[in-house]
Amino acid sequence: MSQLALPPAASTATPAVAARPIARIRLPGIAPLMLLASAAVMMGLIGLPLVVVFQEALAKGLPPFLAALKEPDAIAAVKLTLLVAAIAVPLNAVFGVSAAWAISKFEFRGKSVLLTLIDLPFSISPVVSGLVWVLLFGAQGLFGTFLVDHDIKIVFAVPGLVLATILVTFPFVARELIPLMQAQGADEEAAALTLGAGGFTTFRRVTLPNIQWALLYGVLLCNARAMGEFGAVSVVSGHIRGLTNTLPLHVEVLYNDYDSVGAFAAASLLAGLGIITLVLKTVLEWRHAGELALGHRS
Amino acid sequence: MTDRAAAATVVRPVTDAWPRRTRLVEHSILPGLGLSLGVTLVYLGVIVIIPLTMLALRPWELGLDGVVRTLTSPRVAAALRVSFGVSLAAALTNAPLGLLIAWTLTRYDFPGRRLMDAFVDLPFALPTAVAGIALTTIYAPAGPLGALAAKIGLKTAYSPLGIFIALTFIGLPFVVRSIQPVLQDLDRDVEEAAQTLGANDLQRIALVVIPALAPALLSGVSLAFARAVGEYGSVIFIAGNMPLKTEIAPLLIVIKLEQYDYAGAAAIGLAMLAISFGALAGMNAVQIFLARRGRA
Repeated sequence: MSQLALPPAASTATPAVAARPIARIRLPGIAPLMLLASAAVMMGLIGLPLVVVFQEALAKGLPPFLAALKEPDAIAAVKLTLLVAAIAVPLNAVFGVSAAWAISKFEFRGKSVLLTLIDLPFSISPVVSGLVWVLLFGAQGLFGTFLVDHDIKIVFAVPGLVLATILVTFPFVARELIPLMQAQGADEEAAALTLGAGGFTTFRRVTLPNIQWALLYGVLLCNARAMGEFGAVSVVSGHIRGLTNTLPLHVEVLYNDYDSVGAFAAASLLAGLGIITLVLKTVLEWRHAGELALGHRS
Repeated sequence: MTDRAAAATVVRPVTDAWPRRTRLVEHSILPGLGLSLGVTLVYLGVIVIIPLTMLALRPWELGLDGVVRTLTSPRVAAALRVSFGVSLAAALTNAPLGLLIAWTLTRYDFPGRRLMDAFVDLPFALPTAVAGIALTTIYAPAGPLGALAAKIGLKTAYSPLGIFIALTFIGLPFVVRSIQPVLQDLDRDVEEAAQTLGANDLQRIALVVIPALAPALLSGVSLAFARAVGEYGSVIFIAGNMPLKTEIAPLLIVIKLEQYDYAGAAAIGLAMLAISFGALAGMNAVQIFLARRGRA
């Protein structure tokens, strides 16, 4: 079989060496076993939860599923989730582009410290990412009395949700762009400037086309996390139904109320978001592999 | 994705070592250093540095005794033990599972390979609360796999085993994505040389492939471990959250906050960070050692 898969030239030469999957030739007994085991792990551990979400959401048929999505609280949760992501993702994208520009186009001391700090939010528990905002702006936080005196609400209100989401999704865009732009160097921009282009024109006409797919990739991942974040927002939300519950928190509330169909209906929206993200991410990896950071080239 | 990082982003190219120099900033003809670095530093300061400084400062209003007392109280100590112990077990379990899947994806060609490859990232893409309630439904006593486990006398959901399952789910992509590129680039000549010299398949894998993969495997396991320690959404539903038994450390932070014990919550958060960094530094040291030995 494997012989047939080879290009004709290779099969006349040294087929065993030229054939890419060695194991398929040499390990006829083990290959199906490995495949079967992998498929079992992938389906049992990874795939089954996805199936269960839709199965439970539709357990009582389509009408209750649709009714759960039309609940005012569910609609409010969807709107709030979109609002939070619409603020957090662009801010982190602007930050990511600035950080990548500064780090990749210039040489300055302290760069490795800066890189470490940018990655830091990935090593913090989401709950801690929420906790720090309570320490700053909660009733007993650093600015607690000041905020109460001036009647400003940050924690248990939308600003807190936005801050927590920004912290959790902070590194996504930056860490997609930095390795790519470091590999690209500054020669093209230098050429454009020498030819008389202004700084902003250079960025728009030279840099942006070079990084557009990586930027989109970073924004995609950032957005998926922003919309799906649970731990950090649950700490700062206060769980006020219809007001500070994002979609993942709405799922939790319904689940704890034993409203299985409602919880899984809301969860199916988030699962759909996850699937769309996976599809777009895979397409980007296939179509634009050369224009993404090295790690994504398959 | 994806979650804490696309698994793919996990393997980041090492930045070039820049030449030693004494000047603070090298001269460049490109514009925008002031603006871009300014935006970066201000944003980093407001979003990351100031909040994390609060985390580092707040616990000490309890005094050193108070912090020690908080962390050694039976409930907190048990939660830290559960979090770090189960995370380690899950990360170690991810090693063989991740190796199996990465091997299958890189070494065999089969219909659906690309689909399987894409689905490895599902735990990143699926919001944690969704994963949490789905896993709980599957492993609850009445759920499809929970009922199966109950027949052989295993309690899965609402037990440490449930936490272990959720953390294994969350950590798997880190290991697969860490070793996949290395496995792909592994020089086949070396493996074939081993075979030519009479090594059997088991020897080839144990003596040639595994040592070459070890640093990447360890890095994947560390990332899975770090992620698991802080994980909240996918765990709290399936854990059952019984004090002293199945409470995780992040949940205790939430509970302390609900009691307005900010300093206690911050103490737990700071302890988690300190232990994680200690563990990661240790694994990093082993990884550097392995990489050096691999090169020598």
